[in-house]
Amino acid sequence: MSNSASFFTDFQATDLLFLGEAAGRTLGISLVSISIGTALGIFFGWSLQASKWFAQATIGTVLDAFRSVPLIIQLILFYNFFPIIGWKMGPFAAGAFVLSIYTAALVANVVRGGIEAVGEPMRRAARSLGMSYWQDLRYVVWPIGLRAVFPSWVGVALSVIKDSALVSVLGYMELLRASQILITRTQEPFIILACAGAFYFALSYPLSKYSQKLEESWTS
Amino acid sequence: MDYNFHWRPVFRKIPELLEAGLLTLEVAVISMILGITIGLGLALLRMKGPTPLRQIATTWVEIARNTPALFQLFFFGFGLGAFGLHLSPYLIVLAGLTFNNAGYLAENFRGGFLAVPDTQIRAARSLGMTAAQTYIRIIIPQVLRIVYHPMTNQMVWAVLMSSLGMLVGFRELSGETQFFASKTYRIFEYFAVTAIIYYVIVKIILLASNFAARRLFRY
Repeated sequence: MSNSASFFTDFQATDLLFLGEAAGRTLGISLVSISIGTALGIFFGWSLQASKWFAQATIGTVLDAFRSVPLIIQLILFYNFFPIIGWKMGPFAAGAFVLSIYTAALVANVVRGGIEAVGEPMRRAARSLGMSYWQDLRYVVWPIGLRAVFPSWVGVALSVIKDSALVSVLGYMELLRASQILITRTQEPFIILACAGAFYFALSYPLSKYSQKLEESWTS
Repeated sequence: MDYNFHWRPVFRKIPELLEAGLLTLEVAVISMILGITIGLGLALLRMKGPTPLRQIATTWVEIARNTPALFQLFFFGFGLGAFGLHLSPYLIVLAGLTFNNAGYLAENFRGGFLAVPDTQIRAARSLGMTAAQTYIRIIIPQVLRIVYHPMTNQMVWAVLMSSLGMLVGFRELSGETQFFASKTYRIFEYFAVTAIIYYVIVKIILLASNFAARRLFRY
């Protein structure tokens, strides 16, 4: 075997670099999607809460569909839909697009819950003190609502980081896909998957503990 | 736009897709039943178990909650291959979903048990109930009410997560769709129909759960 070429080579130090780069891409697409999705989600959540039925019938229905269809199906669907309407979108753009709307659908619910947590009497009190509608939103609803739902928002963000693994089906080279490629080459699935899993865990576990602690200290 | 939609090949395959949808539902339901059983065990171990078992239960719960479901599926699919254990696609998905369900449900159950005050156990025992009676008549009904909604959510998640089966070669609804889509190249059309089927499945589960909740928690 020594002087013949081999398809399978051992796990090397440079592979860790390869995994690290892929982990960076996982983080990148997650951060982009969480930022855009949160911004959209705040707007959607506010309009769902503020309007009686119109937003509910339009935005509400669409967002509900995004929550009721598997993310992987959404990704494949949109990735194949963009070329039909003539948009050229690579795996990153298409993946970030779908992940952002998916995030927005989850965040909208959280935000609506946050606004509802403030309560009508408090808002009426703000208005009767002479605050405008926007002042009421900015100085009363935002700080109180944020406290109520910040831990749930962290939960949404964490689930988006984990769900970003699905963008691999579009061929985007994120952590899980990179580890699959390494597995094919090194034939050492256990070690490599353990590395990938450890990365996700190292990212997600401290954040979830932190939000749990926040939740406990804020509710007591 | 110079793309022509061809829906006919998709419509012809709808019976097969619906059948695959039943397989999706089957895997989700079995993984839920197993997940509830194991999750209950994990929750009890985390609260009352001896230290080593408690640590194992905690590790299970934290890994299930802090890594992607797809990673868990790959682990059962490829990771176990390192130990010479090769599961069939069906078992990979079932094991992955059960692992994930158990982890999430254990946390819900634990929250449910902690929400029922200890004084109720003492009150029930002092009324002459045995430990088993206390659990069956006093604790479980209250816990069930608290965890019912999260359990419904988890069921929906199980259905959505089972779609990952297509990445490990399991021919449930998504896998079947991909199979047909790659045969005909009508990828968009097939996945659009599949998305609708998933939507309907999820809505049926939510309706059924609401209906059952009205009958279960009438008073």
